[in-house]
Amino acid sequence: MRHLLDTQSLSREDALRILDVAEDMSDTQSREIKKLPTLRGKTVVNLFFEDSTRTRISFEAAAKRLSADVINFAAKGSSVSKGESLQDTAQTLQAIGADAVVVRHGASGAPRTLATSGWISAGVVNAGDGTHEHPTQALLDAFTIRKRTFGADSRGRDLAGIRVTVVGDVLHSRVARSNVWLLHTLGAEVTLVAPPTLLPQNVSMWPVTVEYDLDRAIAAAPDALMMLRIQSERMHAAYFPNEREYSRRWGLDPERLAQLPGATMVMHPGPMNRGLEISAAAADSPRSTVLEQVANGVAVRMAVLYLLLAGERPGDEREDLS
Amino acid sequence: MGTRTVLHEADITRALTRISHEVIESHRGVDGIVLLGIPTRGVTLAKRMSVIMSDIAGVAVPVGSLDVTLFRDDLARQPTRSPGPTEIPAGGVDGRTVVLVDDVLFSGRSIRASLDALQSIGRPSAVRLAILVDRGHRELPIRPDFVGKNLPSAREERVHVRLAEIDGVDEVTIES
Repeated sequence: MRHLLDTQSLSREDALRILDVAEDMSDTQSREIKKLPTLRGKTVVNLFFEDSTRTRISFEAAAKRLSADVINFAAKGSSVSKGESLQDTAQTLQAIGADAVVVRHGASGAPRTLATSGWISAGVVNAGDGTHEHPTQALLDAFTIRKRTFGADSRGRDLAGIRVTVVGDVLHSRVARSNVWLLHTLGAEVTLVAPPTLLPQNVSMWPVTVEYDLDRAIAAAPDALMMLRIQSERMHAAYFPNEREYSRRWGLDPERLAQLPGATMVMHPGPMNRGLEISAAAADSPRSTVLEQVANGVAVRMAVLYLLLAGERPGDEREDLS
Repeated sequence: MGTRTVLHEADITRALTRISHEVIESHRGVDGIVLLGIPTRGVTLAKRMSVIMSDIAGVAVPVGSLDVTLFRDDLARQPTRSPGPTEIPAGGVDGRTVVLVDDVLFSGRSIRASLDALQSIGRPSAVRLAILVDRGHRELPIRPDFVGKNLPSAREERVHVRLAEIDGVDEVTIES
């Protein structure tokens, strides 16, 4: 694997390999010494043009647990605010000697530009670009679903027949897009539930079932219910009358929580708007996988960095094996 | 030159039985012994030794696996390897005598990696090394404590260990 830019073009084989390596990484995180020497001498740059807490910390923890050096770059307070272009920033990182660049950018496609421009030779990991994709989030969600469903028996399995319902602001959600493609690749059945204004126009082309009524979706007893964050910062128009109305029709309130069948897990990619798309009762219930998702995120990102950086790279000068 | 079989099924069984006896003799029993196989075939050999030793001693000898992939020093020189599972028996390794089990001892680099891997799990009171085939060409100051067969070989020859559980047949061959 050279880059991880999206889940739409990720093969089933590669996805399962990432998830299986993540199982091994997850096992090492329960040891007395969590740090592995695997990526000693490699440099990982976290290049964040958009705000992020958990994704950046998660990538930083993952890189450090593998003994890579980490350089954190936030656009605020950097030369980007003086008008430096993506090209110049990238070439600076190249000169510093970055082996991998984890990039979050407000523009969809920025990671692909970085990976294919020839400005840098480092591996590129998309940590969220505009409303396009957020592949490591989808991978950690799939990992969490697999782990909750199959437990210690997870290795090598896909999600065939598992029914996942994604609820909320699909229109602005790169998490939803990455999840739709990955879950479909892994054989899961995906249902989207949202007000019509918060669904993209081309949703009929996606491999999903669309539903507008959350209570009907809950009555269908999905295996996982994924609540999406209402992204107020990307909403420049009125997509629903007001927050109370949204919460009443599409929020997971205590009444709806009580209607969920026994085994359904409740997921949220974070950060949560408690009381809007998810109630505190749901977020803190034993069904909630929110904190597992965070913990699994580190293991999945360790797996991605390992697969990107550990093996020989095409074009590397190779010394004699002996 | 071709391929030649150096150990047959009965030879492998005899070698494992002898090694198992030697481990018990040098440790004066099986109390506190933990067998850890190095994936893939070391794990199979460790499991077989556990059965043999449990039969001899009359108590179950704990057995597990120790993956060394993430601790290797040659990762950047090969295509990406997938790590294998590490399973440590319930009692852990602290204060025990760990016997590492692998199929072939060659450069010694896997064993160096396994010592690092072991360190991140706990602190055994002693670590021993049991090997089915020692083919020489060590690159590090590492030597086995228990050896099934010493097999002098040229560096460019290839030694293959096949075990029934994985390959459907028990044999050790050398290819030149």
